[in-house]
Amino acid sequence: MEKVTITLNGQQIETTTDKTVLQTALDNGIHIPHYCYHPGLSIAGNCRMCLVEIEGIPKLQISCNTFCRDGMVVHSTNDRVRKAVRQVLEFLLINHPLDCPVCDQAGECWLQIYYMTVGQYDSRFTGNKVIKHKKATPIGKWVMLDQERCITCSRCVRFTREISKTNEMVIFNRGDHCEINTYPGRELENRYSANIMDICPVGALTCRDFRFKCRVWYLESADSICPSCARGCNIVIHHNPHRPHKRNGARVMRLKPRYNPEVNKWWLCDDGRYNYRFIDQGRLRHCSVLSPTGREQLYLDEGLRRLAELLRQTPPRQTLLLLSAHSSNEEAFAARRLFDQSLGCLCKLPDEGVFTGDQDDFLIREDKHPNTNGVLRIFGWQTSDLLPMADLLDFVAQKNIKVLLVNRHELSADILGQLDQLECRLVYLGTNVTPAAEAAYLAVPLATFAEKEGTFTNCDGRVQKFSPAFLALGDAAPEWEIYSRLAQHLGLEQAFPSAAEVFEQLRTGNPFFQKLEFHEIGAFGELGAP
Amino acid sequence: MHKKVTNELNFWHRIYVPEVIRGIWITSVHFFTNLGIHILHVFGMAKKHKGMVTFQYPEDPRPPAIRLRARHRLMKRANGTTRCVACMMCETICPAHCIYIVAEEDPDPRIEKRPKVFDINLGLCVVCGYCVEACPEDAIRMDTYIVETSSYSRDGMIITLEDLMNHDNQDMYPRH
Repeated sequence: MEKVTITLNGQQIETTTDKTVLQTALDNGIHIPHYCYHPGLSIAGNCRMCLVEIEGIPKLQISCNTFCRDGMVVHSTNDRVRKAVRQVLEFLLINHPLDCPVCDQAGECWLQIYYMTVGQYDSRFTGNKVIKHKKATPIGKWVMLDQERCITCSRCVRFTREISKTNEMVIFNRGDHCEINTYPGRELENRYSANIMDICPVGALTCRDFRFKCRVWYLESADSICPSCARGCNIVIHHNPHRPHKRNGARVMRLKPRYNPEVNKWWLCDDGRYNYRFIDQGRLRHCSVLSPTGREQLYLDEGLRRLAELLRQTPPRQTLLLLSAHSSNEEAFAARRLFDQSLGCLCKLPDEGVFTGDQDDFLIREDKHPNTNGVLRIFGWQTSDLLPMADLLDFVAQKNIKVLLVNRHELSADILGQLDQLECRLVYLGTNVTPAAEAAYLAVPLATFAEKEGTFTNCDGRVQKFSPAFLALGDAAPEWEIYSRLAQHLGLEQAFPSAAEVFEQLRTGNPFFQKLEFHEIGAFGELGAP
Repeated sequence: MHKKVTNELNFWHRIYVPEVIRGIWITSVHFFTNLGIHILHVFGMAKKHKGMVTFQYPEDPRPPAIRLRARHRLMKRANGTTRCVACMMCETICPAHCIYIVAEEDPDPRIEKRPKVFDINLGLCVVCGYCVEACPEDAIRMDTYIVETSSYSRDGMIITLEDLMNHDNQDMYPRH
C-alpha cells in the first residue's frame, strides 16, 4: 500500500493503491453508479454499471475492480461513459416487470434512481420479456423474493457466503434465465437474514414484515441505538407521522441499520430489527393508583405527589429501587442522584436477562439490555454486584423493604403474591402494561427509547447518542424528568432541564464519562475513558 | 387598471334616491332585453342571441358538462375485482388528505396487491381531480356525475370501497 494521486474528472485526489477507483470516488463524494459493489462485501464486478474511462486504456473499465495507480486519469461523467452506462441500465431493465406501483422498494429503488439520473431513454426492446415462473414468494421468515425484479447483482449471495456464512442463496441457470434462490429444500434461516433485503438495490428481496405496510416516501427517520442487546447497533427508526389514529396508533414502521464502522458496520440482527412493536402497542400512558374500586387514573403530578408521600412515610433504608439496564446513562444518573445520594434509598440492578441470553461471535450479545455497562459504571459497580432475581424476595424480607420501586422489570405472579404477603408496596415505573403494572400500588409511565434523547454505553464502553423520533404517548416522560418532578414534590433542589444537562453533571463526577461532551458525541459514538 | 374599491360614500351616494333609480334601471334593461329575445324566438327570429333561462333545479336539473369532476368511483376488471393496486399515488398527491388506503395481499399472484380499505372523505375532498391524473392503472375516475352529497354526520361523508365499486363499470358520459 502506497500513497498515490489520481485525477478524477479533473480533480486531483490523494488515495492509496489498495483502494479501487470506485471507493476513492465514493470517499470523496463523487457518486459513480453501481449495483453489485457493496463496501461490506467482496468485489464481484458483474453489474457493469460503474464503467469509467481511464486514459491509456482503450476500453472502458469497471471502477469497482480497478485499483488506483499513481498518475491515473479517470473520467466518470464524459459522454462516452454516460452512453455506456445508459446502455448497461437498458440491458438490466429489459426483463424488468416495471411493477413499481405494487413494489415496496419503489421510492428507494436504485433502478428508479439511476433511471432518473443516467437512464431516461425510451424502451427500444421489441421482443417479449422473459417471464419468471412465479411472483413474490417467501424464502424465509422475514424475506420475500420476487425473481422478476432481480438484476442478479449477487449481493445477497455474497452476504450469505461472507457475512452470515450460512450459504443459503445461489444463482441458478445462465444468461437471461439467471435467477437467485435458496438451495432446493433450504430456507433462508440465519439470524441476520433481513440484511439481504437492505443490501438488495432493487425490489427483488423485500421485507415480509414491512410488506404493503407503508410507502417509503411517507417515512420520516430518526437516528437511534438498538435497545435489544448490549452491542448497541446503530439504527434508524423509520416512522410514519401521517394519521396514526387510522393504524391503531402504529407509528414505527421499521428499523434499519445505520453504518457505524466501530460497532455494527452495515448490519443488524433480525431480533433487534423486529423488536419495535412494544413502542406502540400495550403502552402505559397514564399514572394510576390501586384504589378499593379498582385502578384509578391520575394526572402525572398527582401520581408523583402520592409517590413522594409514600417515600416520606417510609424510612429510606426500607425503600428499594430496582434499576433497569434499559435506562439511558442520564436516567441512571438521575436515579442515583435522587434515590442513592439525596434520599439514601437502596438501589440494585437485577441480573434478569444479563447472563442468560444467547450470543454469537458477530453482533448478538448475551446481555439483552442496551446499557448494563453504563448503569454499572455510573453506580461504580461490578457485574458481581448485580442482584440475582431469584434472591429478590429474600432480600426484601431480610432488609424489611416496605416500598419496592420497579423500573420496567417483569415480575411473575408468584413474586407479586409474595410481595403482598410481605406487606411491601409495589411502585411500577415502566413503558408497557404488564402484570406488575396492573398489580402495583402505583404505576408511572415512562418514555421508550424512541421517544427520548440520551446515550447508551455499549458492551465495549462506547457511548452512543440516540435522538427522539416522536413525542411520548400520554403522560409518559423520560426518567430524569420524572425524577426531577418527584424531587420537587419531595422539596429537594434537583431539576434537570434536559438530557444534555444531566450528562453534563454526570461527566463532572465520573472519570469514565469525563472526556465526553453530550453535543459532541457524533454519529459513531465515542469511547469512554478506559 | 383596477379601480380602487372603497367603502366611503360620496355625496351622490348619500342622497340615496339616484342610486336606487340606477339599480332599477340596470335590472329593467336586463329583464326587458331578455323578454324581447324570448318573444323574438317565438317568431323564429334572433336565433343567434341566447336568452337567459331559469333551471328548475331539483326537479329538472341542468345537464352536466362532459368534463365535470364529480364523485369518485373505482373501475373494475372483467372479473369484477377492482383495478386499484393500492399504490397510494392518489393518497400521496391528494392535497386535502381525504383519501385513506390500506393495502393487502391479493389472492391472485399476478396482481399481488389490492386495497383492503379505500376511504374517501367527501367532506374534505376539494374535487381537484389530481387522484385521477396520478392513477397509473386508470382505476379511479370522477365521472359519476353525482354532485349532490349530504349527510347528517361527518362520518356519513366518508365513502368506502363498496360505495366506490357500486356501479356497472360503464362509461358514464351524460346522454343528452
